[in-house]
Amino acid sequence: MADHDNTLLRVDGVSLRFGGVKALSDVNFDVRKGELFSLIGPNGAGKTSMLNCISGRYRPTEGKIEWRGNDLLKHSINDRANLGIGRTFQNLALFSHMSVLDNILVGRHHRLKNNFLTGMAYWVGGARREELNERRYVETIIDFLEIQHVRNESAGILSYGLRKRVELARAMAIEPELILLDEPMAGMNLEEKEDMARFILALREEFAMTIMMIEHDMGVVVDLSDRVAVLDFGRVIAAGQPEDVLADEHVKKAYLGEDDEMLHALAEEQERASA
Amino acid sequence: MAHVPNPRPTGDFRVSYAADRTLFKTKNETYFVIGGILLVALAPLFFGGYVLSQLILIGIYAIAALGLNVLTGMTGQISLGHGAFFGFGAFASAWIAGNGIPVMLAIPLAGMMTMAVGMIFGIPAARLKGLYLAIATLASQYILQDFFARADWFTGGTYGSLAETASFFGYALDSDASYLYLVLFWVIVSFVGVANLARTRDGRALVAVRDHYLSAEIMGINLTKYRILSFGISSFFAGIGGALYGHYLGFVSAEGFTILLSIEFLAMIIIGGLGSVSGSLLGAAFILLLPQAMEIFANAVATVVPAIAQGTAYIKQMSVGAAIILFLVLEPEGLVHRWRMMRASWKLYPFSH
Repeated sequence: MADHDNTLLRVDGVSLRFGGVKALSDVNFDVRKGELFSLIGPNGAGKTSMLNCISGRYRPTEGKIEWRGNDLLKHSINDRANLGIGRTFQNLALFSHMSVLDNILVGRHHRLKNNFLTGMAYWVGGARREELNERRYVETIIDFLEIQHVRNESAGILSYGLRKRVELARAMAIEPELILLDEPMAGMNLEEKEDMARFILALREEFAMTIMMIEHDMGVVVDLSDRVAVLDFGRVIAAGQPEDVLADEHVKKAYLGEDDEMLHALAEEQERASA
Repeated sequence: MAHVPNPRPTGDFRVSYAADRTLFKTKNETYFVIGGILLVALAPLFFGGYVLSQLILIGIYAIAALGLNVLTGMTGQISLGHGAFFGFGAFASAWIAGNGIPVMLAIPLAGMMTMAVGMIFGIPAARLKGLYLAIATLASQYILQDFFARADWFTGGTYGSLAETASFFGYALDSDASYLYLVLFWVIVSFVGVANLARTRDGRALVAVRDHYLSAEIMGINLTKYRILSFGISSFFAGIGGALYGHYLGFVSAEGFTILLSIEFLAMIIIGGLGSVSGSLLGAAFILLLPQAMEIFANAVATVVPAIAQGTAYIKQMSVGAAIILFLVLEPEGLVHRWRMMRASWKLYPFSH
């Protein structure tokens, strides 16, 4: 893959094996600063596994992941926020007994300095000032995502669409350079999807974030993405402009399930590996 | 999770972030708490030894229960060893005070010692969760109990150790009335401290670890650190409670700090309300007063039905058990939740929302 000065994240030859199952094999792609990069593919293709490798949940069996030219894999998961990587989850992962406000404030964790001692003292030692300052930024996110009316509700009682939005808010609170969105539109109705698409575009325009997104809704992917990579059986089978990629024969067949030599070969290899 | 309506009265709008993050949600809540503190502070004027000793014990157990609530309620880690940490605090404070350090200093020092011990026993929490962690903390209970029996230099072994009387600038706190103020001071410090913790960075981190540790980690929260820190904070309050207990009785012996006490602490926070600061106090009062209330109840029954006069002791024990079971069935979210619902219902009357 060509070198770009503005490459933010580079995935280089990443393979991931669980026992005999090859979830990813030799995956290469890069995400450039300021773009909206989509990772698509049929169910079970390894998209979320790839995202988990980037966010640190899984450790690739082989290969490198570079963040701004430095090795990302040597960092622990809780370093990701400091490095400037945030993510949302496919299945909701909010702190369901906390208020929406506190959920978003957790996203500010790595920026806050007060600890359990100064926190307990609250009025002396600056915790109060710091907490109230952070509140300002959190409120801009709340305004932006239009969730003012639920800010004091427990996250667990909200509707699905709202919870998705709160999750996005929490990831935004990290102020990441790269935000990883795992199926931000899943399970939403048309109106909610349109809202979410608007938010995602604004993330880039107003908050200057680079976005890497996994999404099944092809309309959304084509309309929003700058570049797309398609995974199938743990391999990148196509990458490039969304229109070109979707016109690719292999991609069509991967989605439609038609006979295809390359996909056959991949499936066979997968079977051999798991046998 | 049940929905609790906003307790603020109509028209009470907060126009600054500071006003929105106050310690108490409403003005009445503030008055209520200040009134409660004043009542306890004035109690020695009106009540004798029995009521005062109950107030002192409730305060002491409430501090320790509050500690367990940080660990179990906020962070979601069950501990079956809290009673042993409570005991360690009692012995530590007696030992420190026995070495010539004033009791007033020995109490917080004992809290810190217990905190260190708690963090060491909390290390398994880095790897274990749920029931497995509970069993690991059970081990800490037994190890500490064994330590109490064997470490003669520290605990006086099987004989126990004497805990000096606390004194405040030469004025000995040897009566219930004077000791009450020492306990009240620590109750206020502990409860305000934990209430503050709950609205700042590390408190949120603890709850985040409980609710969803995977996403907590990606938010930059170091799971191991916070799991062990939670043991530390919890043990600190157990140690403070234990130290106050030791100096109150004047004598510390290992018999009281068994697994039974640990389970009683768990009962306090479950009945009071898991994760709730004020619930720790309510739960401690409930568990302490329930057997006495039930004794009065059993004796009253015995006067009406003389045939059971022989069995009042059993009736008392059974009613305690029945009350706890009924409580868990009817109000699984604790006394605090019941109180919030009551408050909401009279605020909103005659409407339901």
